[in-house]
Amino acid sequence: MTLKLGVPSKGRLMEKTFDWFGKHGIELGRAGSEREYAGFVQGIDNVELILLSAGEIPRELAAGRIHLGVTGTDLVREKLGQWENQVGELAELGFGQADLVLAVPRCWVDVSHLDDLDAAAAAFRLKHGFRLRIATKYHRLVRDFLRENGVADYQLVDSQGATEGTVKNETAEAIADITSTGDTLRANHLKILEDGMILKSQATLFKSRVAPMEDADRHTLRALKNRLHLD
Amino acid sequence: MPHRAAVRAEAARLRGLFEAAGALPVETSVLQPAEVLLDLYGEDIRARAYVTSDALRGEQMLRPDFTVPVVQMHMEHGAEPARYTYSGEVFRRQEEDAARANEYTQVGFEIFERAAPESADAEVFSMFFDILRPLGLRAATGDIGILMAAVEGLRTTERRKAALRRHIWRPRRFRALIDRFSGKSPVPDQRAALLAAAEPMAKAEPMIGLRGPDEISSRIKALRDDAQTAPISATEVELLDAVLAVRETSDNALERLRDIAVDLPAIQGAVDRLAKRLEALTARGLDITKLDFEASYGRTQMEYYDGFVFGFYAEKRPDLPPVATGGRYDALTRQLGQGREIPAVGGVIRPGLVLSLGGAT
Repeated sequence: MTLKLGVPSKGRLMEKTFDWFGKHGIELGRAGSEREYAGFVQGIDNVELILLSAGEIPRELAAGRIHLGVTGTDLVREKLGQWENQVGELAELGFGQADLVLAVPRCWVDVSHLDDLDAAAAAFRLKHGFRLRIATKYHRLVRDFLRENGVADYQLVDSQGATEGTVKNETAEAIADITSTGDTLRANHLKILEDGMILKSQATLFKSRVAPMEDADRHTLRALKNRLHLD
Repeated sequence: MPHRAAVRAEAARLRGLFEAAGALPVETSVLQPAEVLLDLYGEDIRARAYVTSDALRGEQMLRPDFTVPVVQMHMEHGAEPARYTYSGEVFRRQEEDAARANEYTQVGFEIFERAAPESADAEVFSMFFDILRPLGLRAATGDIGILMAAVEGLRTTERRKAALRRHIWRPRRFRALIDRFSGKSPVPDQRAALLAAAEPMAKAEPMIGLRGPDEISSRIKALRDDAQTAPISATEVELLDAVLAVRETSDNALERLRDIAVDLPAIQGAVDRLAKRLEALTARGLDITKLDFEASYGRTQMEYYDGFVFGFYAEKRPDLPPVATGGRYDALTRQLGQGREIPAVGGVIRPGLVLSLGGAT
């Protein structure tokens, strides 16, 4: 048996993951052509590289089809219910930083905190006859955050891309999205609420708690953790 | 998980008990209009409703509970007084715990009656109590009406009271509001700057989105008015905290609330109703010296209840949701009644859980 390691299949996330393992003397790479999603592993035995889209890695870990996987904390927490029971964090990799934040139009000079948003939402609903819309693709994380903080009279509307533009297009009044520098938010005349940090995310190496392992696999995992200084 | 057929048989048995108590069996559609009804539920149910749509009827949801559609039906063409029973499946999305059912059967009993609401409360509760007795559950009770009356009695502006009322079901935000209104939490810098600014709207540009400049400036005005309002006194906050902290057996809780009512006369009426309810429960043979009462009970989950609230829990199975819940929902009948209203109380039992716990016969 081999230990299956899932890594994002393209872009900077893939390259930085390869670099991070490389620094620990484990060389990961793509086999064959650029288009082929097969990989090789050198420097440790019995580890198999599986290239996957970063968004699929949480589900693959939870299904036990891969033993280890690199993906963002945001994706794991959004996609997996009771994520701690399904996967464990082995190491934060120090790249791919992104914050999931709640942002409102900059022209809302009366709104700087969540309690302002809540009060604005109550008044908005009275005036417009529907609940204030927050555009996001992170439904679970945003709903949990707003519930914990006791914000009411809002509704989530699904937005899978160009979320920052929804306010200007009047399909939402506020947004919750990933940002790294805040430039896109500013360019779209939005500001982050002072207490609107929902989650700080970064690329993280996760371990599946459910993937079946034989003794040999456990041995491989120990060897790998040793090499990565994760003991 | 018990077998579907067994759950159905248990549901029929329970419904039969409610019919024997004079309840009329009713049915509601599985598909309910989402836009109107969804807002009546608390966030917990709302976020978990399966919503779909149809080109002719618009947004529809799979019934997440019976009470709202039964109230709607009664307000449209029900005779008074009325008592209803029903059994059927409700549907709730589960996003956290895959072990929890996303469709399950509820059997309910609802009483719509103007005369003697406390006696109707006691009748519903004692029926549930007797039915569930063989399971050895813990009964929890509370009364949202007492907390509402306490908020009503605060010596502060209507606007502040409305904000507090709106968040009775969200304890954390409620607390934050109390801290803000009593001057305990400092005014954030941004708020202070906004209040001090000569022309706060000057910075409100570019204007984007549906929330317009009129809405922004009217909130600024409200904030400025509020800044001129005297803080809620420490004494009043202490009394409110004292109410929230009441957690005793019902007889002791009543004594405690009577003591608090001396200094907080606004809750007197609600405390009298609690006393009447306890008398009615005693008359039905319940030992109120063994019945728990918690003033904060029902605050996090039961958004349409506004008076008596109760739940039955399997203490040896903390993994299970409550086996039965219920309460009084007078305000809901007002919202759905278009000008009419009627005091109403009711509750639901989950026959599937009754069987999982060994059955109640």
